[in-house]
This record gives sequence, C-alpha cells and structure tokens, in this order.
Amino acid sequence: MSMSCCDRPLALELRGLRKSFERPAVDGLDLALRAGEFYTLLGPNGAGKTTTLRMVVGLLRPDAGSISVLGVDALANPVAAKQAMAWVSDEPMIYDKLTPFEYLEFVAGLWGIDAAVAQARARDLIDWLSLTPHAHQRCESFSKGMRQKVALAGALVHEPKLIVLDEPFTGLDAGSARQVKTVLREHVRAGRTVIMTTHILEVAERMADRIGVIARGRLIAQGTLDELRRQAGTQAGSDGPSLEDTFLALLADEASAA
Amino acid sequence: MRAPGTMAWFARHELRLAWRDWVAMMTAGGRTRVRTLVLAVLALAVFMHLVAFSMVARFATAALAPDKTTLVVVAGSALLSWSLMLSQAMESVTRAFYTRSDLDLLLSSPIAAAKAFSVRVAAIAVSVTSMAALLAAPFINVLAALGGPRWLLAYVAVVAMAAAAVALAALMTTALFRMIGPKRTRLMAQIVAAVIGAGFVIGLQLAAIMSHGTLSRLAVLASEPFVAVAPDIGSPVWWPARALLGNPAAVVGVLAAGVLLLGFSIMIVAPRFADCAIAAAGTVPARTRQRRRASSFRSASPDTVLRRKEWTLLRRDPWLLSQTLMQLLYLLPPAFLLWHGFGEQGTSQILLVPVLVMAAGQLAGGLAWLAISGEDAPELVATAPLTAGTILRAKVAAVMGCILLVFAPFIAALALISPLCGLVAGIGIAVAAASATEIQLCFRAQAKRSHFRRRQTSSRVATFAEAFVSIAWAATAALAATGTSLAAMPGVVAVGILAGAHLFNPHKA
Repeated sequence: MSMSCCDRPLALELRGLRKSFERPAVDGLDLALRAGEFYTLLGPNGAGKTTTLRMVVGLLRPDAGSISVLGVDALANPVAAKQAMAWVSDEPMIYDKLTPFEYLEFVAGLWGIDAAVAQARARDLIDWLSLTPHAHQRCESFSKGMRQKVALAGALVHEPKLIVLDEPFTGLDAGSARQVKTVLREHVRAGRTVIMTTHILEVAERMADRIGVIARGRLIAQGTLDELRRQAGTQAGSDGPSLEDTFLALLADEASAA
Repeated sequence: MRAPGTMAWFARHELRLAWRDWVAMMTAGGRTRVRTLVLAVLALAVFMHLVAFSMVARFATAALAPDKTTLVVVAGSALLSWSLMLSQAMESVTRAFYTRSDLDLLLSSPIAAAKAFSVRVAAIAVSVTSMAALLAAPFINVLAALGGPRWLLAYVAVVAMAAAAVALAALMTTALFRMIGPKRTRLMAQIVAAVIGAGFVIGLQLAAIMSHGTLSRLAVLASEPFVAVAPDIGSPVWWPARALLGNPAAVVGVLAAGVLLLGFSIMIVAPRFADCAIAAAGTVPARTRQRRRASSFRSASPDTVLRRKEWTLLRRDPWLLSQTLMQLLYLLPPAFLLWHGFGEQGTSQILLVPVLVMAAGQLAGGLAWLAISGEDAPELVATAPLTAGTILRAKVAAVMGCILLVFAPFIAALALISPLCGLVAGIGIAVAAASATEIQLCFRAQAKRSHFRRRQTSSRVATFAEAFVSIAWAATAALAATGTSLAAMPGVVAVGILAGAHLFNPHKA
C-alpha cells in the first residue's frame, strides 16, 4: 500500500472483537480500514462475516472488543457512529407501500439531512440506478433487483462515510449488479469507504482494494490479491491461480493448521 | 405405516404439523414451560367452570320440552356462536389459499391436489370444532354435572355446528374467488368474515337499543313481540336449539346435516382448491402510482418522519386497515345508543364508557403491534442515528395519534351529555391505550406486518394480558362513571396485570 493510502485516517477499526452464540462466531477479530478503501470480506458459510458487520453497524452487541468508526467509539457512542454509516443487507429493507422517492425522503429524515439537499441527492441516485420511471410507484410490485437498488439508494442518500454491505449482489441480474458496482466505485472514488461481504469472488477480485479472508471467526489472511496469492503460496500468471484457487488454498491451510 | 400420498397419510402429516405448531405456540418453544402451561390451563379451566356455574347452573334442570321463549333464546345464542365459527372458518379457508408455506411443494408434487386440500378443509373443521368445544366445555360440563349426562350431547351439537360453518365458509370463499378473482378475495373474504362475526351481535344490540334502550341482546330475544313472530315450536328451525338442550333425536338430525354438508362442500371445493391457490399465488400487486407526485421533500425531525411513515403505511394498506379497524364495528351500537339517547339524562351514557375504554385498549394493542413489532425494515431503523428511546417514543406517539383520531368524537359527544362520563371515558381511553401499548412493548418480537392476524399467537401471555388489562380498565371506568369508590378495585387489578407483564418481560435486562 502506498504512503498516501496509509496516511489516510482510519475509517473502521476493530480490535479483539468477540461474539459467541452457541459457539464463538467471531473470535478476537482485528481489522483496520483506511478512508477511501474498498474492502471485501470473504469466508465460507458460518465464518462470522455477517456477525462482524452486524456488530459494526450496531445490530449486535459484541461480547468483547472495540469498534471505532472514523475515530468514534461505536460502542460508547452508537448514535454518532451510525450518523456516518449505512447498512445494506442481502434482504432489501424497504417498505412495500412507499414509493422509492418517499422511501428516500424517509431515510433522509431519519439521518436528519436537510430536505433540499436530500432531494437533490435522491434524484441523482434514482437516476444513476435507473429507477426514474418507477420513482413514484409503490415498491410492492418491484423485483428483487429493483428493491435492492432502492435499498442501496437509501443507504447512499445521506452520504455515509462508511458503507457496510452484506451480500448486496444476491439475486441481482447482471445489469442491476453492474449499476450497483458502478455506484459503489463512484463513492469510493469520492473518498468514502466500503466494507462488503460476498460469495461472488469475481466481484471481490475486480472491485476490492484489499480482501480479508475470515474462517471460524478469525481473520486468516488479508491484503491485495497478489499479497493473498503469496500468502497462499500460489503464483499469478497469465492463466495463474484465480482468487477462487487462492481462497480455497488459504482455507485448506487454515483447516490443516486447525 | 400409511402409504404415501393417501388421504390418511396427508391427515397424519397435517396432524403432526398442527400439534407441533400448537405446542410451540403455547410453550413459546421452551420445553421447561410445559409444566407451567399445564398448571395455567388447569387454573383457567377451574376459573371458567366457576364463571359457567354462576351463569348456567339454574338452567341445568330445564325440561327436555322447552317452551318457545327458551328455544328462541337458545337458538339466538347458538346462532351468535355459529356466526363466530363461520367467521373463524372463513378466515382459515382464505388463509389456506394465500399462505404459501408448503403449498408450492404440494402443488408441484405428482399427487392429486384435491386429496391434500380435502384433508386441509377437514383439518380446518377439526380446528374450528376444537375451539368451539373448548369455549363451550365449561358450560356443558357444569350443566352435565348438575342436570345429568344428557347435556353431554351438546358437544355433538357443537361438532355439527362447526362442520356446517366450515362447509359454508369453504363454499362461500370459493364462490368469492370465482366471482371477484383472487386479487380482491382476500380483502373481501376478511370483510365478509368480520361482518358475519360482528353483524349478528350488532344487529341484536341495535334492536335492543331501539326497543329497550339497553345493549342487552337477551332482552330482545326474550321479548314478547320477537317470540311471537318466531316459527312454531314444532319447526325444524329449532333442531339446533333442541340438540344443544340435549334432545337425542335433534342431535342425530343436526349431526347428520352438518356432516353431510361438510362432505358435500369438500367434494365441491377440493378439486377447485388447487386452481384457487395457484391463482392466489399468481396475484401481483398492481403498480400503484402515487397521486401526490412528491416533487419536494418535506423537512421534519426524525420522530416526525417515523410517525408519518407509520400513518402512511397504515393508510395505504386496506387489508391491514380493515383488520385493525374491524374491531371498531363493535362501536356502532354504542354510537347508536349515544345518538338515540342524545339530550336525555339517563344511564345509557354510563354504559358507553366501558365499551369505549375496552375498544380503545384493543385497538391500541393492534396498532402498537404494527408499529413496534411489525416494522418491515427493522434494521434500517435500528441503524439510523437515533436512540432506541426516540424510535419507541415516535412509534407510541403514532399509535396514540390514531386512538385520538378515532375516539375524540365519541368523547366530545359524551362530554356534551355528561361531562363526568366524558372525562372518565377520556382518561380511561388514554390509560387503556397506554397500557395495551406498554404490554406490546414488553413482548415485542420482530415480525412481518402481513403476519398481523397471527400476532395473538406469538405470545399468549401478551394476548391475555392485553385483553384482561383492557377489561380491568373498562370496569374501572364504568364504576368511576357511576361515582363509586369501588372503581379502585379493578384499577388495582389492571396495575397488577401491568406489573405482571413487566415481570414476564422477555426484554428485561
């Protein structure tokens, strides 16, 4: 990573994060993301990815550890931390009986954004996500892809500095997925930070500045794709190992070590 | 082991699912609660038998050849119960069409759907019968204990009535499907069910107000003019009443009629059930374009935004709106009584106070569930930069706003007739609504708004607490309106129920 990248302030810092249900779901996780970084968290089912993100956005209380969002202690001051964050899950959180325009007005109101400012942003987002023809239709008749785009627009309407996404591409068609990727890239380019979980390795490979691999609640590897390949002992070439090969090799190493 | 795909095999499958659902519902999924549940059921049974004893003990020795007035009163009460059975059955049949759960699996399997649906209609019949028998049991048992075993035949009459109710409900719902299509049937069937359930009670109460100036239904049924126009004593119309009074011949007659009607309706409905279920699955909400082409965002504080959202969602969902406001049908008779006695100083306005307080508690409970538990985007609200207290206060304010809107005209009209009654009703409504909301807060559990009908099953403690606290506040208000200090007694009971709800609060730290 370049010096300029390392000079950027920390957008998210997790230290010794732990959460147990019947068994440890997240087990002493340390993670640091710089502002303007696109970070993807990979891991097998049940690895602790979603639990980690839900603790970050305040939907779960950790058993131990600390969460800092842009220097704000998210456990001690959750309201201030939430002001800077947005959460998008794989199940779109929208209201069937509201239109996209009304939904964005509602979300902007929750975040206390000035109405005129929010309205301008809403129009831009609706336009970027090709929702303009449906802006005044109730969401109840929308497809999964359209609903996910409305949810994403809601997450971005208050211009969060940290965007937290859990499997945002689940159920999206190729066209919708591309629109979402483009919007996310634009936001990272504008200096915002994205942390995302996905099972679609191609998305991680193409979009992420850094990738973290999590297994059994612990971060077993992280870095750029090349750094991960080196850690996994696989080599890149013209037809070299893909992220999938690297990911599986890292998991196999972890399993044999355990 | 029964051969897969047979009616018996389906029946076993349905029975197993129904049993597990019931156990989970009653024990909230906890094995350790079974003993508590058994004790609670026993205590409730003893209490209900005592209530039944105080109400029907004097009728236990009634002769097998009753007079016409007795037949009219028994038949009227039976018709009232039957209309409620019909209402419950219609709702269950409609749910069978629209609730997907395992329908996709059944309809995509290589098994005749008619078989599965025959069993499902029969299962609905069993469910309606069980509920009716459970409610009637204390009365029948007391009568049988005091008047002899012939009263036990009333159980058979209840089975026959339930079978007839389910048969008619299945036929009516299927007919609605054919007439108005799957898109409108869900809402229409629910309205029809509610109107059937409430219509008979309301009709009798309206007649009672007109003729006697009271809310008593029995006063109308037993009145001379009503008995005079009723059919002759030998008419088959009285068979159900005779059956309920333990007449063996009448019991055989109504049982045969009920079972035949149910069999006939299953034969007619089951083959069409698959088509209806598929049609229901194929309904997609129409693309509704909002008339207000919101051209500009409105500035508002987060709590105002939350309140406005709750009201908008309720206003735009006719199904939910009708589910919630259907309870207000029961306010029609008091409203009529108010109008009937307007300008007169009498006791009628005192009768209104508990009815209004009770209705406010029930309505507030439903609305509070929608606002607090039925949040469709819980994670969005939870990740907003607001404290939990701000969110809850906004939601409670949304509920109270609705209560104010509905009950303010009643309070104002009542206050004009009797300022004391108006004041007592106002305070009672506020306290009952706040108590029901508080109970919903204690027992909040995330659910979809579309599961509103099943809210009562999510926590039995919450359901009973909500009902009993409304009754207790209604009693307090009624006694307070008469100016007696005895009003404090049910008030203390209400506070005790609230304290109990806090004690059982699963969210308690």
